[in-house]
Amino acid sequence: MASETIAITPAGTAARPIVERLHDWVVTVDHKKLGILYIVYALFFLVVGGIEATIIRIQLIIPNNHFVSPEVFNRMFTMHGTTMIFFVTMPILFGFGTYLIPLMIGTRDMAFPRLNAFSFWLTAFGGLLLYLSFIGGNGLYGAGTAPDVGWWAYAPLTSRAFSLGHSTDFWTLALLISGIGSIGTSINFITTILCMRCPGMTLGKMPLLAWLNLVMGGMVILALSPLTAAQIMLCIDRYLGGHFFDTQAGGSAVLWMHFFWIFGHPEVYILIIPAFAFASEIIPVFSRKPIFGYPVMVAATVCIGFVSFSVWAHHMFTVGMSSYANSFFTITTMAVGVPTGIKIFNWIGTMWGGKIQFKAPMLFCIGFLFQFLIAGLTGIMLGVSPFDWQLGSSYFVVAHFHYVIVGGILFALFGAFYYWFPKISGRMYSETFAKWHFWLFLIGFHLTFDFMHVPGILGMPRRIYTYEPGRGWEIWNLIVTIGVVFQITGVLAFVGNLLWSLLRGEPAGNDPWDAWTLEWSTTSPPPDYNFATIPVVRSRRPLWDLKHPEDPDWKYE
Amino acid sequence: MKPPRKNRDLAGKLVGIAVLVAGFLLAAKLCLGAPPADHFQVPSIFKPQSTPAESIFHLSILVLAITGVIFVTVFSLLAFSIAKYRRRRGDDRSEPPQVYGSNQVELAWTVIPVLVVLVLFLATARVIHSIQDAPKPPGTIEVTVIGHQFWWEFRYPGLGVVTANELHVPVSDPSHPTPTFLTLMSADTDHSFWVPQLAGKTDLIPNRVNHMWIDPHQTGLYVGQCAQYCGVEHALMLLRVYVDSQEQFDQWVKQQREPAAANVSSDEGRRVFETTSCVNCHTVSGTVANGRFGPDLTHLMSRNTIASGIMPNTSENLRNWIQDPNSIKPGSLMPAMQLNEKDQDALVAYLEALR
Amino acid sequence: MSSAALTQPLIEPQWTLPSRGRVGMFSLIAAESAIFTIFVVAYIFYIGKSLSGPMPKDVLETPLFNTICLLSSSLTIHLAVRALRKSTVPAFGLWWFLTMTLGAIFLVGTGREWHRLIFDQGLTISTNLFGTTYYSLVGLHAFHVTVGLFGLGIIMIFTLAGKVKHEHSERLDVFSLYWHFVDAVWVVVFTVVYIIGR
Repeated sequence: MASETIAITPAGTAARPIVERLHDWVVTVDHKKLGILYIVYALFFLVVGGIEATIIRIQLIIPNNHFVSPEVFNRMFTMHGTTMIFFVTMPILFGFGTYLIPLMIGTRDMAFPRLNAFSFWLTAFGGLLLYLSFIGGNGLYGAGTAPDVGWWAYAPLTSRAFSLGHSTDFWTLALLISGIGSIGTSINFITTILCMRCPGMTLGKMPLLAWLNLVMGGMVILALSPLTAAQIMLCIDRYLGGHFFDTQAGGSAVLWMHFFWIFGHPEVYILIIPAFAFASEIIPVFSRKPIFGYPVMVAATVCIGFVSFSVWAHHMFTVGMSSYANSFFTITTMAVGVPTGIKIFNWIGTMWGGKIQFKAPMLFCIGFLFQFLIAGLTGIMLGVSPFDWQLGSSYFVVAHFHYVIVGGILFALFGAFYYWFPKISGRMYSETFAKWHFWLFLIGFHLTFDFMHVPGILGMPRRIYTYEPGRGWEIWNLIVTIGVVFQITGVLAFVGNLLWSLLRGEPAGNDPWDAWTLEWSTTSPPPDYNFATIPVVRSRRPLWDLKHPEDPDWKYE
Repeated sequence: MKPPRKNRDLAGKLVGIAVLVAGFLLAAKLCLGAPPADHFQVPSIFKPQSTPAESIFHLSILVLAITGVIFVTVFSLLAFSIAKYRRRRGDDRSEPPQVYGSNQVELAWTVIPVLVVLVLFLATARVIHSIQDAPKPPGTIEVTVIGHQFWWEFRYPGLGVVTANELHVPVSDPSHPTPTFLTLMSADTDHSFWVPQLAGKTDLIPNRVNHMWIDPHQTGLYVGQCAQYCGVEHALMLLRVYVDSQEQFDQWVKQQREPAAANVSSDEGRRVFETTSCVNCHTVSGTVANGRFGPDLTHLMSRNTIASGIMPNTSENLRNWIQDPNSIKPGSLMPAMQLNEKDQDALVAYLEALR
Repeated sequence: MSSAALTQPLIEPQWTLPSRGRVGMFSLIAAESAIFTIFVVAYIFYIGKSLSGPMPKDVLETPLFNTICLLSSSLTIHLAVRALRKSTVPAFGLWWFLTMTLGAIFLVGTGREWHRLIFDQGLTISTNLFGTTYYSLVGLHAFHVTVGLFGLGIIMIFTLAGKVKHEHSERLDVFSLYWHFVDAVWVVVFTVVYIIGR
């Protein structure tokens, strides 16, 4: 039985009025359109979050600077963190998952298409609500301006006594709403992956991207919920006179920290695991070998999923827990580093003995490997709790987590963009443009985030809007800010490449990379129904089996 | 003739890496070898001057060594595989041998990291215990630190001393240690006490009592600042710790215990102080002023800086601060006193008499 | 464009996967359990820590009748679904209605208890830590009962309109999972608040 696409008659391809096409996008429940909506939404907020970061860096370029007031600065770092985590990274990863999972498991849509749409619009609304906070001037002190309590919103700074007006409420409600959206998306991911795989695709034969998104989905429903609960408690404190985090009434500020970080730590694994998924799909194709050690990659990810729920208080080493508690969280933090580190070996093992092609997706994945290695090692350093007593809450930590999120996740995301852009848009991007993007961004990233470790070592804490001269921090802050210029240029090259390629790129064809997973078997872009006939598979690389009938994977798996 | 594209990419990468390594080495040298720029040293965690900071420093050397070895090993494997297994020009586009995995290799690279983690953990647990469960020797100085938005209150219960923002402690001789044990509390939001050269940081959390200790071996001034975001002026909540010789410390304590210095020329200023709302927030011992909301001013002139370390304690600065604290530290909880010229002069004269 | 045969001979003769509704509902229950766990942890953490005001043993009365009603409703909803599987729609309707009634009795009982606590004992959500944690936990549960009742009500309306048939029994079984979850949460809340916390 052939798996051709059904020919579309000329009547079906006549250009429809713009209003109708826009309406289509607004009411769609098609996973591909929703995926694109998530991604475009996130890209917009990436720019906004980047502007906030730039403002921060300009303010810190010299000591005692007056570029922005302390109030504005505090809003900038709060909004930058909140935006980047909740309205850039999560939506963009959900977007890629929503787009790719049904295609990669050989089905026509997600398990609950309407829930899919509902979850997207909840997330989108959450972001808009958060940014609505900027509107509303400085009339009543604090009322109506953006939240300025840090993205962790520690109690009791968030109580009515210390956060006047409604800025904290914008934070709480925006995240509550988008959190529900995230839980909805994850329910969809889990159900789709468990219940809608095409015939022959057992759990042991599905692409790693599906496995990793399954683990991520499970983590979201268990990790976002504590945050939701904590935010409901915060609302009760602020509006109903509750005392959950009211230290004057015997409440505990540390309880908020526990609840927040029980969410917060798994959250960062929720962010990195889909990035691992991209690397696990891209590196094999551009090394021309299957992923090294598929079963261990799955086992390691499941392990990370579980162990990551036991490390949260490494964000609280300085809070004054007992030596036993600190020791416990030290060992669990180091333990979670083992399955994480192993994956790096598996990726290198995939490249070993291969024929590596340095196209843009692979360049970014190599950058990801190098930077994730360093980020993981600084993470182990911070997991040594006495070391964290010095470096916690300093610029060393800021450097560490940006190394993970920008050097790891964003690089893998750029790789994913270039890898799947031909499939999503039907056009090839410009390889030259992409290489400019890569080198400019790489230089900018390293200028900023390598040297950012130093002020932390020299005693510079986080979240300070200025610093006095003579502490030895000036030169490092200057270099860090200069790196931003390169990063901005790199991102401009990226956006330019996307737009130019959308309009002028070469037609990509079904399978420009000679890849092996199901999404490359259908047209670029795929038709609404994804596949004319539902595929039946026999191995992890169904297209390899087709292209190499004399040497199919299912003989060796 | 330009080298082929792949080799240029590779060369570029190697150059980039070399630049980075050079940069790191330079950074390391600057971190460790920075000369004192002011009368305080650059507060580097790698220049410890107190027992807990030194324990952390020694542990960090081990950690850096282990992570350094891991980095070099894995990076070499990565660089090697990129260099050796890249597709060459003129390649026949055949697929390389499809290897799915190797149980032995995977077992090895699981077991080794587990052993590394074990070693690291054991070394760490020792230091955690030695710092957190340290006993108090007989000569210990006890200080209660209360964090406020945006200043530090220091009370020495055993010595009857109350001061603010500048902490004085005696130097500790290893043969006869006189460490200072700090009890940490907060009057409002979360803060964190961090003076890198003396110890790791510990948070000050309302409705919770925390403890830490320092054991400085060298006299001098050590700087730090609040390390947990506590509100608008978190950045300007600086710490200055003066490690004095035993004689200097005893002298300081003696002076701090005296009530406010009486001075005829400052009676007018004292009247202004006591009839304006100053007394609601500030204490001047021996007078009617006994407010606890703001810093104790009894020996204001014994401090080198004001407003929590952000400016030198000069007449000009004092005057400007009283005139309008929010123009210097916006969000500071001290209101502008709106005094006329005459009252202001008198008040500053009074404060300058508080030695 | 590719017309290559993308179908391989199947190894297993039959390809069955779990039902979407069930997996989705279990995922939702997992998420909700996590939310409730946090409220329970807060409740347990604050036992005995109130600085003032009425303490649990002073004001709480064990809601035995309410509990029996709610837990029985699990039985009745189970019987309802069983009846529908056997295509006895009137029996289904009866058991379903009984489930709703028992759930409603529970809510009314909770409302009455709250009225007594607020107006007779002076315990509100802002009185002390006990008040905050009690009303939040019991209230969160009551909210979930309300949502469940709402769903039960809609299905009741469909039943009365004659629209509910044998082929819907699987979906209603999935819905009943939610109701069983709500009851299970009550077992935990009851134990923590009325047994451990007193």
